[in-house]
Amino acid sequence: MKIKEIAEVLNAEVLTATDLEREVHTACGSDMMSDVLAYVKDQAVLVTGLNNPQVVRTASMMDMVCIVFVRGKKPDDSIIQLAQQLDIAILATDIPMFPACGILYAKGLRGGN
Amino acid sequence: MADIHLEYVVPEDDFTRAGEASADLKARLKKLGLSSEAIRKVSISLYEGEINLAIHAKGGRISVDVAPDNVHMCLRDDGPGIPDVALAMREGYSTAPDEVRSLGFGAGMGLPNMKKYADEFEIESTVGVGTTVCMRVFV
Ligand SMILES: Nc1ncnc2c1ncn2[C@@H]1O[C@H](COP(=O)(O)OP(=O)(O)OP(=O)(O)O)[C@@H](O)[C@H]1O
Ligand SMILES: [Mg+2]
Repeated sequence: MKIKEIAEVLNAEVLTATDLEREVHTACGSDMMSDVLAYVKDQAVLVTGLNNPQVVRTASMMDMVCIVFVRGKKPDDSIIQLAQQLDIAILATDIPMFPACGILYAKGLRGGN
Repeated sequence: MADIHLEYVVPEDDFTRAGEASADLKARLKKLGLSSEAIRKVSISLYEGEINLAIHAKGGRISVDVAPDNVHMCLRDDGPGIPDVALAMREGYSTAPDEVRSLGFGAGMGLPNMKKYADEFEIESTVGVGTTVCMRVFV
């Protein structure tokens, strides 16, 4: 699905001016960046409730293109700017982690390998 | 391609800046046209090392040498050192306090992950003196 569709189905605010037409097929949900670094392979979207700059750094190292902050987490300007600079889309939704992942799964996103 | 030598300082007590060196190196390697596979191996292993410098030591120094067929990275710190390196290399072993875990790290996955992604991995540590980790990735 497109990043813009993710924003729609999660009723998420888009916080970066990046390309929302980009197609993504895989995602992972985690609050532990250690695990993302150790287990993620080529997932494109990171769904997280952790709110600090290392979320963006981690996503960038893994070549991910979109971060969804769940359960009302609002990243601050420095985090948004970093993402913008690294060309990573930032979305923020009030929906908690489990239902957010469920919605994306139902819409066709998968965990990848 | 001429060999390139780079040096970075990871500051003490500034968790938000950890990762700047890896990000800079990643951007440079991209410009040099290295494969995304090689870039990812370098980026992840250096980033894990950078985070370790920030959370377990009082920051440290990184040197990188980019040669035509490999990238060599060394991370050095004057931190507390590691009493049992074999134990520290085990998946899931971590001495990170809760505060670090609340930042999303401290699962005990970093060193094993570095060893996995680097083609060559060496670690040397002396309690009270510091730790040196050197890694090479063939590109
Ligand atoms: N530079 C260092 N100085 C002192 N101790 C270190 C250093 N690097 C690692 N250690 C020790 O080795 C342990 C294991 O490190 P490792 O990177 O595998 O896991 P972690 O940093 O605790 O968690 P994670 O990497 O998953 O966020 C650490 O908890 C710490 O005790
Ligand atoms: Mg670590």
